[in-house]
Amino acid sequence: MIHSLFLINSSGDIFLEKHWKSVVSRSVCDYFFEAQERATEAENVPPVIPTPHHYLLSVYRHKIFFVAVIQTEVPPLFVIEFLHRVVDTFQDYFGVCSEPVIKDNVVVVYEVLEEMLDNGFPLATESNILKELIKPPTILRTVVNTITGSTNVGDQLPTGQLSVVPWRRTGVKYTNNEAYFDVIEEIDAIIDKSGSTITAEIQGVIDACVKLTGMPDLTLSFMNPRLLDDVSFHPCVRFKRWESERILSFIPPDGNFRLLSYHVSAQNLVAIPVYVKHNISFRDSSSLGRFEITVGPKQTMGKTIEGVTVTSQMPKGVLNMSLTPSQGTHTFDPVTKMLSWDVGKINPQKPPNLKGTMSLQAGASKPDENPTINLQFKIQQLAISGLKVNRLDMYGEKYKPFKGIKYMTKAGKFQVRT
Amino acid sequence: MSSNSFSYNEQSGGGEATELGQEATSTISPSGAFGLFSSDLKKNEDLKQMLESNKDSAKLDAMKRIVGMIAKGKNASELFPAVVKNVASKNIEIKKLVYVYLVRYAEEQQDLALLSISTFQRALKDPNQLIRASALRVLSSIRVPIIVPIMMLAIKEASADLSPYVRKNAAHAIQKLYSLDPEQKEMLIEVIEKLLKDKSTLVAGSVVMAFEEVCPDRIDLIHKNYRKLCNLLVDVEEWGQVVIIHMLTRYARTQFVSPWKEGDELEDNEKNFYESDDDQKEKTDKRKKPYTMDPDHRLLIRNTKPLLQSRNAAVVMAVAQLYWHISPKSEAGIISKSLVRLLRSNREVQYIVLQNIATMSIQRKGMFEPYLKSFYVRSTDPTMIKTLKLEILTNLANEANISTLLREFQTYVKSQDKQFAAATIQTIGRCATNIVEVTDTCLNGLVCLLSNRDEIVVAESVVVIKKLLQMQPVQHGEIIKHMAKLLDSITVPVARASILWLIGENCERVPKIAPDVLRKMAKSFTSEDDLVKLQILNLGAKLYLTNSKQTKLLTQYILNLGKYDQNYDIRDRTRFIRQLIVPNEKSGALSKYAKKIFLAQKPAPLLESPFKDRDHFQLGTLSHTLNIKATGYLELSNWPEVAPDPSVRNVEVIELAKEWTPAGKAKQENSAKKFYSESEEEEDSSDSSSDSESESGSESGEEGDSNEDSSEDSSSEQDSESGRESGLENKRTAKRNSKAKGKSGSEDEEKENEKSKTSDSSNAESSSIEDSSSDSESESESESESESRKVTQEKEKKTKQGRTPLTKDVSLLDLDDFNPVSTPVALPIPALSPSLMADLEGLNLSTSSSVISENVY
Repeated sequence: MIHSLFLINSSGDIFLEKHWKSVVSRSVCDYFFEAQERATEAENVPPVIPTPHHYLLSVYRHKIFFVAVIQTEVPPLFVIEFLHRVVDTFQDYFGVCSEPVIKDNVVVVYEVLEEMLDNGFPLATESNILKELIKPPTILRTVVNTITGSTNVGDQLPTGQLSVVPWRRTGVKYTNNEAYFDVIEEIDAIIDKSGSTITAEIQGVIDACVKLTGMPDLTLSFMNPRLLDDVSFHPCVRFKRWESERILSFIPPDGNFRLLSYHVSAQNLVAIPVYVKHNISFRDSSSLGRFEITVGPKQTMGKTIEGVTVTSQMPKGVLNMSLTPSQGTHTFDPVTKMLSWDVGKINPQKPPNLKGTMSLQAGASKPDENPTINLQFKIQQLAISGLKVNRLDMYGEKYKPFKGIKYMTKAGKFQVRT
Repeated sequence: MSSNSFSYNEQSGGGEATELGQEATSTISPSGAFGLFSSDLKKNEDLKQMLESNKDSAKLDAMKRIVGMIAKGKNASELFPAVVKNVASKNIEIKKLVYVYLVRYAEEQQDLALLSISTFQRALKDPNQLIRASALRVLSSIRVPIIVPIMMLAIKEASADLSPYVRKNAAHAIQKLYSLDPEQKEMLIEVIEKLLKDKSTLVAGSVVMAFEEVCPDRIDLIHKNYRKLCNLLVDVEEWGQVVIIHMLTRYARTQFVSPWKEGDELEDNEKNFYESDDDQKEKTDKRKKPYTMDPDHRLLIRNTKPLLQSRNAAVVMAVAQLYWHISPKSEAGIISKSLVRLLRSNREVQYIVLQNIATMSIQRKGMFEPYLKSFYVRSTDPTMIKTLKLEILTNLANEANISTLLREFQTYVKSQDKQFAAATIQTIGRCATNIVEVTDTCLNGLVCLLSNRDEIVVAESVVVIKKLLQMQPVQHGEIIKHMAKLLDSITVPVARASILWLIGENCERVPKIAPDVLRKMAKSFTSEDDLVKLQILNLGAKLYLTNSKQTKLLTQYILNLGKYDQNYDIRDRTRFIRQLIVPNEKSGALSKYAKKIFLAQKPAPLLESPFKDRDHFQLGTLSHTLNIKATGYLELSNWPEVAPDPSVRNVEVIELAKEWTPAGKAKQENSAKKFYSESEEEEDSSDSSSDSESESGSESGEEGDSNEDSSEDSSSEQDSESGRESGLENKRTAKRNSKAKGKSGSEDEEKENEKSKTSDSSNAESSSIEDSSSDSESESESESESESRKVTQEKEKKTKQGRTPLTKDVSLLDLDDFNPVSTPVALPIPALSPSLMADLEGLNLSTSSSVISENVY
C-alpha cells in the first residue's frame, strides 16, 4: 500500500526518507514541489497528486509535509489517516514534532516507522504497543543505556498486540490511582454583520488521563446523554452498552487518550457567550479608515471569559493601522495584513475595545469587503451544551481511585462577518 | 559531520582494514570506485572499524549513524559486507538496525545478502514469537529472487504458527513474495485460503489485504469465511477493517440481488421512492415477488453500522461507501451524520470527505439537506475546501433553501479570495438555471455585480450572464445595453468576447447599439486578444447579414484587418466568413444560407456539476478522488439479476451458532466473553468448548467440533510429507463411514468414501462432513485401510475419555509461546501412537507439531 514516505520541510528539503518496498527515487517529489509552487500557500497543496507512475498523498502538519508514495489503488483516507497517526505518534514520543527533533531522533523515528508499517500495511499503530517495542527516549534512559548497555528496543512481543484490549498493556502499577476526565466543548459559529447567528454548533470531546493499576473496567454515565447527537469512540468503548443504555463502559488505555468526541444535535439552540460590536469603515475620498471593535460577554452563565484573542485578515489596501486598545496588546503585520489583538480576560463592567484609524493606500479604491473577525476564547468550568457527567464507577479492581472531572468551553472556528 | 575528524585519527592504525574494505567495495559496487568519493570512503572506513570491533556499543553507534545516512538518502551500500556480519548479533537493537539496513540494500547486493539467510532461517525457529515474526519480515522483505523457495517455505510454516502475530506477518509476506515472483501465485493462494480460515482478529485484516492483492477475483475463497469476517469485523484492528469492508462491498455486489427498487436510480427523491412502492410489485415479476434481503446481506449491513462511530476517518468512510453501494436506499441516510462529523477533522480528511459528499449529493440530495449549514464556507478555509463546499451547496440548492443560500453567496462574492468569488458566481449561475423561480433574482444580482470594482468578478459575471441570457429567449435589452457599456472599461478577454457574442446574437433586439459597438471594435481590433478578435469577426458577420446597410463597410474593413492578422486562426476565419457572406460570382450555394448558419437557434449550455461523472467509481477510492482509473482499481460489479446460490456461505460453525442462539442466548454470552478474553487462541478453544457444552448430545457435538478442526488442519497440511497426517484424515472418514453404515464398510476402497460422502452430505446430521470428507478424498489416496481401521477403533475409545479436561490445558498452553511442551510429540517416529495423535489432533495441536517436526528434519 504505502510504498515510501518522504518528510519535506517548508523550504523544500527532503530531510527524511523511508521505503517499505523497493526504493522509490526521491525525484518523485519533484511533482510535489511543482504542485506546491502552483498552490502558493502550503494549505492549498492538494492532498492527492497523481504522477505518471505513482500517487503522492500528503498531509501538512507542524510545517512539515509528510508525503506518502503509493502505486496502486488504495482508499486515500486510509493513507491520510495513517500519516496523521504517524505525526501523532511522533508527538507522543518526542513531545513536539518538528524538523530538528526528528533529525535528532532519526534512529528512533526509523525504528518506529519500521514497526508501524510492514510492506506498506499498518502493523502496529497503537502508541502503547509501540512504546513497548521501542521505548521513547528520555534523558534518564539515555544515561542508563550508556552505562548498562541496555537498549531502547523491547525483545518481547507487547502483550497488547495479541490481546483483545490492544490499547492496554498488562501489569500497570501506580501508587496513586487517578482518573481525570476533561469535557471540552468547542463552539463553531458564523455570526453575520448584524450580530445574528448564521450557523452555530457545538463539538465536544472527552479527553482522559487515566493512571490506574491493573485492568480496571470503568463506566461513565451522563445526566443528559440525549444531548449527544453523534459520537465517535475510542476503540475501548463498548458500543452495545452505549446503544442500549447510553453508558460509556470501557477498559481504559493507560495514560492520555481521547475517550469520545461528540456533536451536540443541531436542534438545540447554541448559546453564544460573546458579542462583537464592530465599526469598520473605509471612505472613498480619504486615505483613512475608521476601525473600532468591542468584545463583550453575552450568555456566559456567570462565568468569566478568558484567553480572548481577536484576529483579522485586513484587506490588501490597508497599509498600516494605528490603534489603541483599552486592555491587552495588539499587533499588525503590514506584510501579511494580519491584525491580532490579545485581549485576555473580559471584564463585564468594562468591555474591552480597540479603536483607531487605518491608513489606506493612496489612490487605490476602497476594498469592497470588510474583514472577517476570528475569535478565540476560553470559559472554564462550563460545558456550553449543558452536558454533565453523572458518575464514574470502577469495576474489576479493589482499590479506590481518585476521580476528577473538568469542564471547559472554547471557541472553535468562531467567525464574525463585518 | 563530527565523524570526519574521527576518521583521520583512525586511519593510521587501520591500514589493513582499509585495504580489505577497498577490495570489498571494488568488487561489489563499481559506483564506489569513483575517486571523487575518497573522503566518503575514509569516513565509512571508520564506520567499518566500529562495526568490526567487539564492543556492542561501538557497533550500535555505527549502526545508528548508518541508519541516519539511509534516512537522509545517502548511499551507504558499500558498508554492506561489514554490516551483514552483524546480522546474528545478540544485541537486539543492533539486530534491528541491521535488519533495517538489509531491507534497504539487499536488493542491490544480492550475493552478499545470501550470507544472512541462514541467520533468518534459524531465527524463524526461535521460541520468541517476536523474533520469529521479525525474521520472517526481513526474509520476505529483502527481495532477492534466488530465495523465493525459501520464502515460500517460511511463509507456509509461519502460516501454521501458533502465534497469531506470526501468522499476521505471514499474510504480509504473501504480498511481498507475490510482487517478487508472481509465478508463485497458485501456492500463495493456497496459503491465503488457509489463513482466511484463521479465526484471529489479528490475522483477518492482513490476509484480506493479501487476498485483494494476489487474487481479488477468487471470490469463491470468501464464501465460507463471509459470515466469520462479518462477525469478527468489529474486533479487527482499524486498518484491517477498512480493507475488509472494501472487499466485502465488492463481494456483496456479486452475491446478492439489488435491494434498490427499479426506477429508483433515476429519481433522487426519497418521497418518490416510497410512492413507487406499489408499482414495483408488478414490475419485479421474474425475481422473488416481494424483495426479501438475504440474511447474509443484512448481516453485513448490520455489523458494519457500529463502525460509523469509529475514530478512524478511513473506517467511517469505508462504511459510508458500503452503505452507499449495497444498502437499501432508505437506510443509507444514517451515514450522512457521520460524514459531516469528519468535516471537523484535518484539511486533508475534509478534502476527501467533501469530494465524496459532492458525488453523493448529486444523486441523493435529501441525504445531506439537513446539514446544509455545515457546508457554509469560512474565510479561513483553504481554497480547495471552499470550492468543494460551494459545489455541495449548489447540489443541495432547491426551491426551499435557495433564498438563504443566495444570501450566503452574497457574502462569498465579496470575499477577498477572488478565485473563490469567481467560483461563487459560477455557482449562482448554476442555481439560476436549476431553479426557475430564482432565475430573475440571480440575474439581477449578477447584473449588480457588473459594477463591481474587481475585474475578475465582473468578467465572471459577464460570462455567467451570457449563459443565462442564452437560456432565456425573453427580451433582456436592458442588460445587453448595460453590458455593451462595459466594453469601454472591462479588459478581461473572455468577458469582452462574451459581451460581443451576446450583442451579435441579439443584434436585432438592440439595433442601435450593435453597429456602434462594431464601430468601436473596429478601431481597437488590432490591439485585442485573439479570442476577442474572433468574436468581432462574428459580430461583424452577423450584423452584415441583418443590417448590411449600416455595417457593410465596417465589416469589410474588419475583414481586411483580419486577413493580415498574425494569427492563422483569425486569417482562416476571415477567409471563411468573407466567402460565406460577401456575395460574389464564385460563392457557392452555402451563402444563401449564411443567415441561417450564423443566426441559428443555439442550444443553451448545460451547467453541470464537475462531479457528475465520478459516480461510476466506487466511493472512497483513489480513483474517485482523481476521477481517473488508478492502477489496481477493482471495478464494482453490477448487482446480479439472480442471486448466486446462498448456501455456499454455509459453514458449520455458523450453523451451530444458529442452532443455539434461540435456545439460551448463548451467543451473546459468548461474544461478551470474547471481547475481553486474554488471547485469540483461547477464544478459539473457549468457543469450541462452549459449543460442545451447549450441544445437547455431547457425543455428537464433540464430534462436530473435532471434524471442524480436522478439516481445518487437513487443508493446512495439504502437502504434508508425513503420511500420518493424512492417515488421520482417512481415519476420520473411515470412522464416519462406519457410523453411517453400521461399522461395516470401512474396508472398502476410496469409492466407498465418496459414496458415503454423498449420502452424508444429504444427511442433515452435520454439515461438516462434507468438508472433511472432501479433504480426505483429495489427500489420502494412498493410505492403507488397515491403519485407518485401527485408528478408528482407537479413536472410538478415546473420544469418551480424556478430551474435555485436556481442552482446558491446551488453551492455556496456546497462550504461551509454544515450545518445549510438545517437543516430545515431534519425534519423527512414524508409528506414533495414533491415540495420542488423535488427542492432539482434536486439540488443534497438529499444526504446531508439524512446525516442530520440520524443525527436526
